[in-house]
Amino acid sequence: MERMIRGRAFVLGDDIDTDQIIPAEYLTYNPSLEEERKFFGKYACCGVPDAQSGLPDGGIPLVAEGAWASEFQIVVAGKNFGCGSSREHAPLSLAVAGITAVIAEFYARIFYRNSVNGGYVVPVESTVRLVDEIRTGDELEIDLDQSVVRNRTSGKEYQVKELGEVLPIIEAGDIFEYAKKAGMINS
Amino acid sequence: MAMTVTEKILSRNAGRSSAVPGENIWVNVDTLMTHDVCGPPSIGIFKQRFGENARVWDPDRVVIVPDHYIFTANPQAHRNIGILRDFVKEQGLKWYYDPDFMNAEGMPSPYADPSRTSYKGVCHIALPEEGHTRPGEVLLGTDSHTCTAGAFGQFATGVGNTDAAFVLGTGKTWVKVPPTMRFVFEGELPPWLMAKDMILAVIGDIGCDGATYRAMEFAGSGVYSLNMEERMTLTNMVIEAGGKNGVIVPDQVTLDYINARIAKSGTRSDFEIIENDPGAKFYFEKHYDLSTMEPRVAKPHSPDNKANVSEVAGTQLTRAYIGSCTGGKVTDFVAAAKIIDGHECKVPTFIVPATTEVDAELDKVQVNGRTLRTIFREAGAQIGPASCMACLGGPADTFGRLNDAAEVCISSTNRNFPGRMGHKQSQVYLASPLTVAASAITGKITDPRDVMTFDSMREEAV
Ligand code: SF4
Repeated sequence: MERMIRGRAFVLGDDIDTDQIIPAEYLTYNPSLEEERKFFGKYACCGVPDAQSGLPDGGIPLVAEGAWASEFQIVVAGKNFGCGSSREHAPLSLAVAGITAVIAEFYARIFYRNSVNGGYVVPVESTVRLVDEIRTGDELEIDLDQSVVRNRTSGKEYQVKELGEVLPIIEAGDIFEYAKKAGMINS
Repeated sequence: MAMTVTEKILSRNAGRSSAVPGENIWVNVDTLMTHDVCGPPSIGIFKQRFGENARVWDPDRVVIVPDHYIFTANPQAHRNIGILRDFVKEQGLKWYYDPDFMNAEGMPSPYADPSRTSYKGVCHIALPEEGHTRPGEVLLGTDSHTCTAGAFGQFATGVGNTDAAFVLGTGKTWVKVPPTMRFVFEGELPPWLMAKDMILAVIGDIGCDGATYRAMEFAGSGVYSLNMEERMTLTNMVIEAGGKNGVIVPDQVTLDYINARIAKSGTRSDFEIIENDPGAKFYFEKHYDLSTMEPRVAKPHSPDNKANVSEVAGTQLTRAYIGSCTGGKVTDFVAAAKIIDGHECKVPTFIVPATTEVDAELDKVQVNGRTLRTIFREAGAQIGPASCMACLGGPADTFGRLNDAAEVCISSTNRNFPGRMGHKQSQVYLASPLTVAASAITGKITDPRDVMTFDSMREEAV
């Protein structure tokens, strides 16, 4: 696991549910098939209403029209990120779009679990409301050793929570790698 | 140490004498359910991680229920059914409910007779109907509304594809033991209210993140006076408050339902009823007096955007939808038929039975001496085959899908996030089947009491 995650921020609001992250009409693609997996990157976050996409100004899609991946690497959001359905296609679509980490005030349980167990994105929890502090396009640096986020565009720095009890799974890569290390399943 | 029913089930399946909220424990899974959307990727991960020739941990404990994308011409949807069929055959899985009428490409012509197909429809209602819900067990499903089965006194929760693949290979999962929030409903439910009004009231009160990482237990005379279908409406929507699981301790009504279904299907009958220990600690407790409750809605675009129907009455609608795992059961259609009978729907109205069994009941159950199907047909409603259909939007050719930005729909389903039923600008109001039916015959949001006189006593429908 990278201890230092760098990238450009893409900012969203509260209660971003999994239907907005990957709308149900695209779930017919099977992410286990290489040639279909790429569609999850193309359509990542296309269900977010335009005015709420890429705050504070809005009107910015995570993945540009016609592109297969995003020019942003870190999603910043408010409360209850990833609520709604259990579709693992949601954290997967962010990962396929090139997102490496999400920073939210807190997560819906299944999204958080899927992110960690599937090893898709690192789900970081902020201690303050970053949605009002960070603008889409800002250059961010998440320092997991120090548990801080640095906004290199504004020069400000914010405390985030430690990854805590899920850290061993994130460090192992995913739940399978973790279980192998713990001797629960054969390599 | 005194434990709640959720803590007791988890500790038992972990082989431990206790389970304390906040602890991470590994538990044995009794049943794993998956469907046509999350089954194929779960199977993909299973094969990738355990090997092409890997066997599932127990072929009798895997239940596969295709339900989401059945009535569509989408080629990938057809291909996904093929992946499920191959896996079922290869692994010798016994509990699979095949859409046997899906044979070629294009829009499948629906089952000719709902009582003569192996297809069931929406997984969360198919599971209890086919005898797969049992008190005291741990059920995981690759769908967030797997929590529905908590109505039968079990621990049931939704998981992702990776977790499902892990369970397929090992029969185990890790769980963070949730503290329990308790919701006690006192009194008897007035006939103009339904379980949907109760759960919308709870979600409105605690918010759509109010139960994150927690169990929600429903209790009180108001809950135990409900039939199993209505109880399932309560536990179905705990996920809309972020809850990990919902639970109702079993009573005779639960056992009668389960025993009949197990006898019919020949499923495992070795379950144990688990109750709260005396002195068990609840993280939170809230009491509701049903005699003072009002019909409720959730306004666009969140299930916690609460209002009484009276506050939004008169809002113009473009359509009404009665269906899904939460609002497409026999009880839901009986309630709707009582209101719709003898009227004409003023906006396009879509009726979608959750399962083929519910579909067959539309021809058997009568209100005012006429079958439910006849009542809906004569009122001009469109009746679709059993499936998830427009509850989650789905492919553009899905029956009832909101394909237009200007649609304003009142729906008995469970979610109204942006784009949930189709177009991301369309608006969805969630309400009970009674309120949806009252609104369908007026074309605007309507309190059921404004279109029908209710007897003071509630009659048991099914
Ligand atoms: S009916 Fe709706 S909520 Fe229920 S399983 Fe299907 S899509 Fe999900």
